[in-house]
Amino acid sequence: MNQIFSSLVAGLIFGAGLAVSGMTQADKVINFLDLTDNWDPSLMFVMVGAIGIHLVLFRLILQRESPLFATRFGVPSRTDIDMRLVGGSAIFGIGWAVGGYCPGPGLVSMAAGGVQALAFVAALTAGMLIFHVADEAYKGAVPMKKADSKPQPEPTAHKTERAAGELAESHA
Amino acid sequence: MTEFTPISAIAGGALIGLSASWMLLANGRIAGISGVYSGLLRPKAGDIGWRAAFTFGLVLAGFAFVLLQPSAIAATDSRSLGMTVLAGLLVGFGVRMGNGCTSGHGVCGLSRFSRRSLVATLTFMFTGMVTASALQLLGGGL
Repeated sequence: MNQIFSSLVAGLIFGAGLAVSGMTQADKVINFLDLTDNWDPSLMFVMVGAIGIHLVLFRLILQRESPLFATRFGVPSRTDIDMRLVGGSAIFGIGWAVGGYCPGPGLVSMAAGGVQALAFVAALTAGMLIFHVADEAYKGAVPMKKADSKPQPEPTAHKTERAAGELAESHA
Repeated sequence: MTEFTPISAIAGGALIGLSASWMLLANGRIAGISGVYSGLLRPKAGDIGWRAAFTFGLVLAGFAFVLLQPSAIAATDSRSLGMTVLAGLLVGFGVRMGNGCTSGHGVCGLSRFSRRSLVATLTFMFTGMVTASALQLLGGGL
């Protein structure tokens, strides 16, 4: 119950931040990405504000033994750079520029009932599902390659555990 | 054309940073929106409530702004419906493949100096800028 309520509060604050900063206006995001004329650097200042706060609080929070309402911190600890990371991020960037929405602003902007935001979230959901299906098919098609290097290939479980991995040691 | 709004951008950004920090302090979780939301699409027992609550909070914030400050959330954008649908498909596919979006990699990842998130952020900023600039030059922009 505490986790649910605190997550609701986090979503509310996050959504308010996106709206206050203007990132719910797709045109503002597009004018940041479009460098050809009338550049609007606002998005960079949003990143500066967000990272400036989180950079400091993140380190303070991780000095605790555990979170308030959970048993442990689930901070990603992967450091490998692979084609999935680069390729996926490249595709995301293209889509971001084509529509002017990333997932958060899309979800917040739905409230205004605009056809673009609603269509974006529907297509976003479809895109995620398409990836999930493609990913499963890919893993089913090439299980042998992985089996050579890793004795127990359990792609799905393995990935989830790593993503929710233990507290990384290097974050002093 | 949109106006450069540094003050509200930093203020809104600070709220985003606070939200990410609160999520970590309360639940030990990263406030990566694409990860939180996509977890609802292949639900696991005991892992649904907080995801749904966070997502609902985002939408609820949208409704609050529609009532209080409607100009913050435009109901119309200059991109066509077809482009927006294509955009959604690309973003949905890309963020799952790359394991994160602007919030997870851009805000949370960069804050903890993650190498992966730095590479991801530089990559989507680069392809985003190339794409938006190219669309503008080709006449499909704003």
